[in-house]
Amino acid sequence: MHGSETFAARGARAAEAEDRAAAAALGAGRRPETESEPWPNVHAPDAARAATSEVQKLAPAGRRRALGVFLSNPTAVAGLLILAVVAGAALAAPILFPDDPLEMAGRPLQWPGQDPRFPLGTDALGRNVLAGLAHGARISLLVGAFATLAGLVAGILIGATAGYFGGLVDDALSKLVEIFQTVPGFILLIVLVAIAQPSVPAITLAIGAVSWPQVARLVRAQFRALKEKEFVAAARALGYGHRRIIFREILPNALPPVIVLASVTVATAILMESALSFMGLGDPNVVSWGSMIGTGRDLLRTAWYLSAAPGVAIVLTVLSLNLIGDGLNEALNPRLSGEP
Amino acid sequence: MAALLDVRDLSIAFPRATPVHGLSLTVAAGETVALVGESGSGKSLTALALMRLLPDTARIASGEVLFRGRGGGVSDLARLDDAALRQVRGRDIAMVFQEPMTSLNPVLSVGRQIAEVVRFHEGLSWRAARARAVELLDLVRIPEPRRRVEDYPHELSGGMRQRVMIAIAVACAPRLLIADEPTTALDVTIQAQVLDLLDALRRDFSMGLLLITHDLGVVAEWADRVAVMYAGRKVEEAPFETLFGTPLHPYTRGLLAASPRLDAGQHYSVGALAEIRGSIASAAGERGCAFAPRCAVARTLCRDALPELDAVAPGHLVACPVTTAAIPQEEAHHATPVG
Repeated sequence: MHGSETFAARGARAAEAEDRAAAAALGAGRRPETESEPWPNVHAPDAARAATSEVQKLAPAGRRRALGVFLSNPTAVAGLLILAVVAGAALAAPILFPDDPLEMAGRPLQWPGQDPRFPLGTDALGRNVLAGLAHGARISLLVGAFATLAGLVAGILIGATAGYFGGLVDDALSKLVEIFQTVPGFILLIVLVAIAQPSVPAITLAIGAVSWPQVARLVRAQFRALKEKEFVAAARALGYGHRRIIFREILPNALPPVIVLASVTVATAILMESALSFMGLGDPNVVSWGSMIGTGRDLLRTAWYLSAAPGVAIVLTVLSLNLIGDGLNEALNPRLSGEP
Repeated sequence: MAALLDVRDLSIAFPRATPVHGLSLTVAAGETVALVGESGSGKSLTALALMRLLPDTARIASGEVLFRGRGGGVSDLARLDDAALRQVRGRDIAMVFQEPMTSLNPVLSVGRQIAEVVRFHEGLSWRAARARAVELLDLVRIPEPRRRVEDYPHELSGGMRQRVMIAIAVACAPRLLIADEPTTALDVTIQAQVLDLLDALRRDFSMGLLLITHDLGVVAEWADRVAVMYAGRKVEEAPFETLFGTPLHPYTRGLLAASPRLDAGQHYSVGALAEIRGSIASAAGERGCAFAPRCAVARTLCRDALPELDAVAPGHLVACPVTTAAIPQEEAHHATPVG
């Protein structure tokens, strides 16, 4: 206890300290910012200020742990490998099959193995099925990735705004999300593509337009929960503005479930693109897995391999993305990993 | 010494309740003022209101929060626009929260969180801000600050996290630090260390420190002046020696009597711990003094009219007509500490 110490004495000492601090502040104002003296009015012990030789850099343990959990999950690794093969095929397509996959390459309707030049055979117009698969992977992955990106950007912006601000903003944006959710997604997609020209960018944006509401709902729920956390109050107490709190404080904490959802959304987008192409609503200038199934449909009884080969490609790609999604969920979900 | 913070007649209102009525409070530079009261007395709400961090449904119904900024100019925080307020928050006034487990962002390293405040308010480069973060961790006595700066909050203990919170709070050398029950969530052994740290920082920076607590031990050890709140009103304010020596409000007396003492032979098995009968909920709907239903000396006038705060001595304000009226006779009696 400081019973013996009078308030006056402490006050005088404080005043003296204030003068010191004021002088230091003045000094800091004149002096350019230097690395050696960034904190002139504070005197830490010299030993600690001197550079220690062992600068042990610790990697972000949480992220490293999540990566470890993910990579020790055999199904997730299997998904990753399948996706790597598909992505490799997509990247290598122009090198392996430099010719236009829509051009006639050989005699039509050759079965797989009949001609070593066409390991998966040729279709009714003599096009190389394997070349079609490789080039189709490009379209599928491209559309899947960019449609998901578009959906994520829109969904995160709208969901974060609604969840963070609440009130009337939330009401209005939630109603907007509900309107989109009451319309069957695929019907809306067909309408959108029918209005626009069926080109790859238009299809990508249209798929993004039907996949954002799910993202928005998830992000909104995350923000509603997270904005009540004390660290958000602490951030406000530090003078941070809304934008900074949304993007730097809350969003990183809200991301894990969004990342999981994104992997599934990519799969859904690939399926949607395939379905559109199957129905003949895809971009007619590029080969796509869906359109390959669509053209092979007429010959299903005589040349089933024409539909089966792209079908297997779709199944494997979607499966791989779902496996990755499950693995990410296990690695990133705090409730499953038991982190506080 | 001109007051750093001068709260005048502050009332905080929710749509259906007014949990803080006409509170006035001053904090001078370098001074530690304790705001004491039980749960629900409005002390934490007051702290939030000072920085305009009230929940959406609450608002400042009346009053002024005059704050003397760095330049010496006085501004009313209750009416400042948002942009100017953001300049004050974290830079001139900082806050340490009760719960260090959740007040740090779990996905950013502690060094990054400290560096961001410095960058935000002082526009330092990343390198300079990081160097400052290491210095600040050292300042709040975290061992091996160069290593700890990379740590994430979940890798630190509760006491360490509260130290990090304090480092963030003092990062821009604020004029006023509001500590809302800074040690409630910590081990008793860590509490004293954290409060000693706050006290040392208050001295080094000549900050005003507004300490919100319900722990009279903390008040006795670290406060210069004490304001006691009951049901949203200040019922007594005095320098800490006066408050502990001659408490005048029956509620303050009850609080002091209820503190367990470490005198020889004092043990709960020997005699029951003293208590103040009733609960703060009985203040609801009371027209007169909110403490009257629990008060041993209450008279009829207490239940009819709200007692005014009277200065019974310089710096000693009491809102109790019964005990203040009896001062001349009772002064000698109360000069000896209660218990």
